[in-house]
Amino acid sequence: MKKVVILGGGVAGTVTANNLATKMADEVRNGEVDITLITDNPYHIYEPGYLYFIFNRLREDELKRNLEELLDANVRLAIDRAVKIDTENQRVECESKSYDYDYLVIATGSRITPEEVPGLKEAGNWFYDLQGSMRLRSALTRFRGGKIVISVIGIPHKCPVAPIELTFILHDFLKKRGLREKSEIVYTYPANKIFIMEPVVEMIQPMFDERGIEYRTFFNPMEIDAKEKKIITLEGEEESFDLLIAIPPHKGAEVVIDSGLGDKGGWIPTDRYTLKVEGYENIYALGDATNIPVSKAGSVAHFQAEVVAENLVADLSGIEPTAAYNGKTFCFIETGWEEATYIRFDYSTPPKPVVPNKLLHFLKVAYNKAYWLTARGLL
Amino acid sequence: MKSDRVIDARESFCPGPLMELIKAIREENVGSVIEVWSSDEGSARDIPEWVKKAGHELVGVFKESDYWRIVVKKKR
Ligand SMILES: Cc1cc2nc3c(=O)[nH]c(=O)nc-3n(C[C@H](O)[C@H](O)[C@H](O)COP(=O)(O)OP(=O)(O)OC[C@H]3O[C@@H](n4cnc5c(N)ncnc54)[C@H](O)[C@@H]3O)c2cc1C
Repeated sequence: MKKVVILGGGVAGTVTANNLATKMADEVRNGEVDITLITDNPYHIYEPGYLYFIFNRLREDELKRNLEELLDANVRLAIDRAVKIDTENQRVECESKSYDYDYLVIATGSRITPEEVPGLKEAGNWFYDLQGSMRLRSALTRFRGGKIVISVIGIPHKCPVAPIELTFILHDFLKKRGLREKSEIVYTYPANKIFIMEPVVEMIQPMFDERGIEYRTFFNPMEIDAKEKKIITLEGEEESFDLLIAIPPHKGAEVVIDSGLGDKGGWIPTDRYTLKVEGYENIYALGDATNIPVSKAGSVAHFQAEVVAENLVADLSGIEPTAAYNGKTFCFIETGWEEATYIRFDYSTPPKPVVPNKLLHFLKVAYNKAYWLTARGLL
Repeated sequence: MKSDRVIDARESFCPGPLMELIKAIREENVGSVIEVWSSDEGSARDIPEWVKKAGHELVGVFKESDYWRIVVKKKR
């Protein structure tokens, strides 16, 4: 029997497992193939929902589902925390037991590390996990005017466009509540433009200007003075705030770092086409966990999962795998309370955002619900 | 001039090389010389601009066969 272990129950792991289980249903039933998904969280989280949760537009129970309900019945689910990936013995060591594999899929995602910036945990808010989002939601509820700084600290981070979306939605949120006149919104970015992709900058920057949203570039926070409520940057500047919404630095999973499989940031060196981990014929990595220069986005994880599942089917059937990921990425960009645009690009095609409109916003809202079908592999 | 630290960021795209330099600047002492290798032309343009803004010294930008060596001295 061939054993496939999938590590991680986020978008990447779940969609890979469901795709593979569908394609290999007969082999699993005959006992020729075993598919096990190991993850440390019994819930699957829909992270894009945080952007709505903080403005009271989605509730907590709309952001998560029991993973058991999302997985194909042919996938064995193990709720356990992996502590080491032993590639020599083809084994994943977890807190409660070890799992042998013939093929391994690493889908451990990324995590935020606010502790890397002194003062950030004390004075900062974020919407990159549930706890942070709850705290930010109540800070926004209480906000009565003043200066809000939205600061991207460190790249790469999940969903590159989320800080821009937050900025636009916040502008409308404050306007609706009669607070925009009493408020300043400042957006900061580490590089020398407000976003990494020029076509997006060309569209977004004039929209920031129209809305009176200020921005700072080449802005790299070194520490947060929690008492004085100001950001001190590596460039020697200071920026005061009443409310700080930060995008904290990100890193790869601890187990990847502890197993010596990551680069300095804990990202796994992975072939950008085959999605095989460099140096291994029987290990794939996908989603946020890799070092591939594409967005850390759920859509990417989803498209990559289809490729990994197809290649695993070939591997398990004794055929050379030929499916390749072409860099395909799709991101909605909310540009206000009720309007949005989107970008779509791949390794060879740059993005071309369309004029923001209401329809795209409502498509995104519909997707927030339909997501659970895509995770199951039904859509 | 001998570099105290060499960062090979040739596989990385904009703004990856700049982010790597920023990390090194944080970690090294004043006076250290840091060298970034980048195959990304945008980074070879942006990094000197950042170095100027952040008050460090640009020792030089050297074009090698298929990449740039950007040498920076930490000044503060
Ligand atoms: C606020 C916000 C908005 C976003 N908006 C969008 C959007 O609009 N569109 C979009 O496409 N993407 C968006 N994203 C990004 C998207 O959520 C992520 O890119 C996606 O979740 C990545 O999926 P993944 O499976 O690679 O990683 P994750 O979803 O992070 O899953 C990793 C899994 O691995 C598990 N794990 C980690 N370590 C271990 C271990 N040691 N042992 C066992 N299990 C482990 C975790 O519990 C988790 O289940 C957004 C993200 C955020 C935070």
